[in-house]
Amino acid sequence: MPTATLMPADGANPQLSWNLVRDVGQLLEYHFMINALLAAGIVAVMAGVVGWVMILRRETFAGHTLSMMAFPGASAAALLGVPAAWGYFAFCGAGALAIRRPVEGGRGSWSEESAGIGVFQASALAVGFLFVSLYGGVLGDLESLLFGNLLGISDGQVLVLAAVAAGALALLGALARPLLFASVDPDVAGARGVPVGALSVAFLLVLGMAVAATSQITGPLLVFALLVAPAASAQAITARPAAGLALTVVLGLAVSWIGLGLSYFSVYPAGFFIATISFALYLLVRVLAAALRSRRPQRLTPAPAPPPRGVIA
Amino acid sequence: MRMGPGEFVALLGANGSGKSTLLKAVLGALPLAGGRASVLGRAPGEANRAIGYLPQRRAFDPGIRLRGRDIVRLGLDGDRWGLPLPLSWRRARARRGPSAADRVLEAIELVGAGAYADRPIGECSGGEQQRLLIAQALIGRPELLLLDEPLDSLDLPNQAAVAALVHDVCRSAGVAVLLVAHDVNPLLPYLDRVVYLAGGHALEGPVEQVITSETLSGLYGVRIEVLRASDGRLVVVGQPEPPAHHHDRHEHAHAHSHAHAS
Amino acid sequence: MLSQEFMRNALLAGTFIALACGISGWFVVLRGQVFAGDALSHVAFPGALAAAAAGADERVGLVLGTVAAGAAIGVLGRGALAWRGARTSAALPADDAAIGIAFTFILGLGLFFLTRFSTSTGGGSGIAAARTLFGSIFGLGGGEARLAAVVALAVTIVTLTIARPLLFASVSAEAAGARGVPTRLLGVGFLVLLGVVAAEATQAVGALLLLGLLAAPGAAAHRLAGSPAAGIALAGALALAAMWGGLVLAYAVPSLPPSSAVIAIAAGIYYLSRILT
Repeated sequence: MPTATLMPADGANPQLSWNLVRDVGQLLEYHFMINALLAAGIVAVMAGVVGWVMILRRETFAGHTLSMMAFPGASAAALLGVPAAWGYFAFCGAGALAIRRPVEGGRGSWSEESAGIGVFQASALAVGFLFVSLYGGVLGDLESLLFGNLLGISDGQVLVLAAVAAGALALLGALARPLLFASVDPDVAGARGVPVGALSVAFLLVLGMAVAATSQITGPLLVFALLVAPAASAQAITARPAAGLALTVVLGLAVSWIGLGLSYFSVYPAGFFIATISFALYLLVRVLAAALRSRRPQRLTPAPAPPPRGVIA
Repeated sequence: MRMGPGEFVALLGANGSGKSTLLKAVLGALPLAGGRASVLGRAPGEANRAIGYLPQRRAFDPGIRLRGRDIVRLGLDGDRWGLPLPLSWRRARARRGPSAADRVLEAIELVGAGAYADRPIGECSGGEQQRLLIAQALIGRPELLLLDEPLDSLDLPNQAAVAALVHDVCRSAGVAVLLVAHDVNPLLPYLDRVVYLAGGHALEGPVEQVITSETLSGLYGVRIEVLRASDGRLVVVGQPEPPAHHHDRHEHAHAHSHAHAS
Repeated sequence: MLSQEFMRNALLAGTFIALACGISGWFVVLRGQVFAGDALSHVAFPGALAAAAAGADERVGLVLGTVAAGAAIGVLGRGALAWRGARTSAALPADDAAIGIAFTFILGLGLFFLTRFSTSTGGGSGIAAARTLFGSIFGLGGGEARLAAVVALAVTIVTLTIARPLLFASVSAEAAGARGVPTRLLGVGFLVLLGVVAAEATQAVGALLLLGLLAAPGAAAHRLAGSPAAGIALAGALALAAMWGGLVLAYAVPSLPPSSAVIAIAAGIYYLSRILT
């Protein structure tokens, strides 16, 4: 079974030269690379946009939980002999419907909530590993199932990804205004007649689809690299929706394509490069933003009075 | 400033004036910048086993299932190594005097928490949790009780009840009490003296002398008015006050809504 | 069953590892530090494989990585990781997105070392991945099992010795500090212990699953038991039950991986405790 590293069919190890145009040209000669780039690009756009909304709605935990469901989904598919994509979409979709928001406000218990999430995460991964073992223990597959596999992406898969992405983005576009309203101010939106609950379910489904699609590129374990990092970086730069979304898409495409390109010229899998580049990007953006903030003129409130000098009159 | 046994002193002042800092200095948790302090005849920090301390309140995570009883018991032996073995195992050993289990009971009864001491503390209300924490501070039979804003985020009936409870303990057990507060009113019936901190200076004396327009204006350096409402409550107007920085402001809001909802 | 050496080894190591996980886990849940356990399990993966890629014993990299991470979290994290809402006032405050991205990077690092290891040995990366991520308790040799048992037992004893002051510090930090409990030292020390527990548990159930063995028995014990002593004892007992049950089940059904079985039982116990309370 193919491993997650990208090697051209003739087995020669491509070298990165300093001539970028030639390197990219070399890369594009291969149909599998073109498919990989298309798939990664489609996913980056979809994950970026969906991730941007997810961060706005503070539902990162849901993205995390859904990515945990992706692994048993893919391994179940392998066990049943169907393409992994079906498993991803089915399990992530079902998971999206099953997620319930943790209790907000005073009654919620942080320690209980995190314990519950931790146990669920471990359970999902344990079940996934069980399926892999039942599949006959062909462990070469394990790496692909966990970290993605960009080899042999067929034209059909690219079309499916494009269709799912188009559908998800169309849905988000149609619901954009009420969704934004409900995400930012659910109480007021609800009072104005916005179907906050239904929108929430709809978004979770879209999120499930995005996670499932991204899992095919980066693997379930590294989903956040495309789902969260570009959007979080964009949001650290600008709070405006239009600019933020555009920036997210650009960053996502850059991260995924550069990562993919680098992996073509090395033995290391794309997932590693994508995760590392996205992390570096995010770190850079946060450090710059913090540095810029500390240079701006200071507070508007007076500083508190100095502490007493130890002697009481 | 001097405090003797059985005295009830309130420490007042605006946010950031150094009230909590003073308590921490008394505990030896913060070094003195100048001057001297002697606590129970020793340097700050050395006599802490005889001091009961109630820090600024942070609500317990609602998921914590430890009972109030267990929390109170920690005040007795929580600082010693080893396992928190059930107290009933130790009862057989004690020959003289009350056993540890008895002392836990005693402390709980003292604060009137008997009805809910066996409930998971995460399920107790703000006022109930506060009482249990006071029991934890009292179980060591301290000579000095330091309370950092114990009435903050409690509703009015609970404020009155806790203030009365502290006063009871103060009088009956001869414990010296230094209590940090924002609002002097719940404490008015019980106070011996107040210490008022502002702008790096301090004033000490009986309430009628310290909390007056002239005195506070002199202390702050700006015009302060002290008004007395018809029911005897004091209102201080004109304090320059930086925004409050409570680290559990989040819990405050929810404690309020919880109290109102229940 | 007990005539098979691999089973004896698994039971020996598993027993003490489960005990350590259960008892530490009770404190982890109390202190709201499940998330720190998650962080440690993420670090275990690159730690082990970096050592393997360098030709050293995996366990060395494993322990070094998790202990260093535990110490780092203890020293840097403080409020941010122990109590929600009490974030540190660093220039880069942590939040869900940041943490998730960092975790992803750490897993990516693991993938990097995994690739290095498999290209250098020319072998399949799947087996190395499976061993670190999902445990290899049936593959432990006698010496490995004994070492794991001894280390886990030592951690358990230390944890029980500091149980009381740790409890006080976890529940009433300032009051404990005023009474002379070294709360900060205990906080860092506990996370270092947790690092060692994570390293041991990785050998048994793997990095990806160890959070289950840490959180499930502890969380269940919190729901079921009232007093701390009972809770700690119950957490240990439940973890043992999951471990023994899982190992026996996996022995009986060869296609069942032991780590999945152990975690499934542990999770089942947790969900049962939710239904019962």
